[in-house]
Amino acid sequence: MKALRPLGLLALLALAVLFPLLFPNPAVDTVAVLTVLFATAVTAWNTFSGYSGYISIGHAAFFGIGSYAVAILCQDWHVPGGYLPFLLLPLAGLIAVAFAIPMGWIALRTRKHTFVILTIAMFFIMQLMAFNLRSVTNGSRGMSLPIPVSWSGAFYDLPFYYVGLALLLVAVALSWWIRNSKYGLGLLAIRDDEDRARGLGVRTGAFKLTAFVLAAFFFGMVGGLHAYFVESIFPAFAFDPLIDLMVALMAFLGGLGTISGPLLGAVILVPAQQFFTIWFNKPGFYLMIYGAMFLAIILLLPQGIVPALRGRFTKAETLAGPVRSGDDGDVAAAVAWAGDVGDGERGGGA
Amino acid sequence: MRLIVDAVITGVLSGGIYVLMALGLTLIFGVMDIINVGQGALVILGAYLSYLLQQHLHIDLFVGLILTMPVMFALGVGLEAAFIRPIRWERTTLSILVTFAIALLIQGALSLTFSTNLVQMHAWYVSHSLKIGSFYLAWVYIFDFLLSVVLVAALYVVLNHTKFGAGLRASMQNRTAAQLIGIDVERVSAITFGIGVALAAAGGMAYGATSAFNPNSQYDLISRLLVIIILGGMGSLRGAVVAGFGMLIVEDVTSVVWSPVWASTVFYMLLVVVLVLRPQGLFGRLESRRQ
Repeated sequence: MKALRPLGLLALLALAVLFPLLFPNPAVDTVAVLTVLFATAVTAWNTFSGYSGYISIGHAAFFGIGSYAVAILCQDWHVPGGYLPFLLLPLAGLIAVAFAIPMGWIALRTRKHTFVILTIAMFFIMQLMAFNLRSVTNGSRGMSLPIPVSWSGAFYDLPFYYVGLALLLVAVALSWWIRNSKYGLGLLAIRDDEDRARGLGVRTGAFKLTAFVLAAFFFGMVGGLHAYFVESIFPAFAFDPLIDLMVALMAFLGGLGTISGPLLGAVILVPAQQFFTIWFNKPGFYLMIYGAMFLAIILLLPQGIVPALRGRFTKAETLAGPVRSGDDGDVAAAVAWAGDVGDGERGGGA
Repeated sequence: MRLIVDAVITGVLSGGIYVLMALGLTLIFGVMDIINVGQGALVILGAYLSYLLQQHLHIDLFVGLILTMPVMFALGVGLEAAFIRPIRWERTTLSILVTFAIALLIQGALSLTFSTNLVQMHAWYVSHSLKIGSFYLAWVYIFDFLLSVVLVAALYVVLNHTKFGAGLRASMQNRTAAQLIGIDVERVSAITFGIGVALAAAGGMAYGATSAFNPNSQYDLISRLLVIIILGGMGSLRGAVVAGFGMLIVEDVTSVVWSPVWASTVFYMLLVVVLVLRPQGLFGRLESRRQ
């Protein structure tokens, strides 16, 4: 079973790389580009929110900042359409980071519940700025990006797909590395019991902030790539609250805090969303379906697909209960309590 | 100077409406640890209900509240039973996502029924003004403010002078302990959610009477309401009142002194300053580990 894993991963990677060649249909490939972009975003989001338990409903702000960064840089530096704008993506990510550091610093001073709300509020503040700072963002009239005129038809999606896939691979590798590092362990400890983690010497503030900023970096790059892909941006669409919901929903559907879960969530939900938008093109109806889908997932499958499957197949885990932050906290508390008792007994013996 | 005084007066009068809506939100959080992100959409729903009654049955906006508030109360109780109570783990975090989903459902349903055209309510008190010196004030602001005062006073009486209120306050202080001394916390929660939504109905009517709205207005509303309850301190009723008035006064003064475009930005900056100095908000308690 274990030996098959690398092979399976290689097969998946090969499928991902060959996908646009196997399905050279522009409509399919457009969905593929969006799937890859959202998969990158949700992986980065999960590295922060999934591991640390601090749910951010405001990272779409960095998506918007990245979008505007690429649009403004292209305009100011007269970047022509083609491969050059892709080189601006790391810069867009860094600009998002420049915003994320002070925003994260302020937001992370508050604890989990207030933090969630504060990220929502910050998101709307940034959206408001995009509307109001007309000299920079051109207000509600939006901005257009250079158009790669020489890319036509079925070829148009390919550069975006492969750049997106590269971002995705970096994000997944980073997420995997963090999950298996001492740093990731620190983040998980924060999720389970922040005060105790702090007491044990985890530098909680720095850990949370770096993960927050790292996720923002990827959101900035994804936003920039998305902006270039759709060719024009407007405040309401670059700073779209649905992006955050979508990302959170993917993570919850697949399994918060796992690596494969959010990817699975993206692969299911992005095509589903595209399908709904096309088939129910009345905006209201689409929102309702979206809300209903969301409710169904959270109420019926709160722990996500991957942990649910894992729980079914692994007996030990079923006995120990599904992997959830609350339960983990109890386990951690129980272990610590047992430790306390042990100490006490030792004390009594001496 | 005159302009600033006028701005403070409008700020206080329209602040009452936001206090009403924010109280519903903070009450729900205090009792249930639930953040109702759908409050903005519920406010807009309340506004549309009042609008419907006025258009089709010619019922005055303020009188219509006698009908809309109980309906919205029932809706709140229903929503709590159907979607909030089943959440068993990570209640607070998941409640945010669930109520966001409810908000989308409501926004979608409203867009389908009423389209996204802006709606403006009409009544004599919207178009007629009271003259104070050289300053004109639409009657609706005064009525809205009176409505807020009456409802907040009623809430105060219910909270402090009834048995239900005592149970509610006990649940706010300590849910488990309240349960242990025999308070039916589930029932208190359902009724609290209902009250919160009923307050949204009143707030929605008052909001709709002073500004044009469409289903998308919920985003603007909810971001303001969330900022108010964070600034006041999560779960603090006093904080919601102070922050609600504060927000509208700061906004109105900024739009007179500087520009309406920057009105809410200045308030948000104020929020940032407060949070840097006091992460728990003005009147909030520090959130720390659950025991």
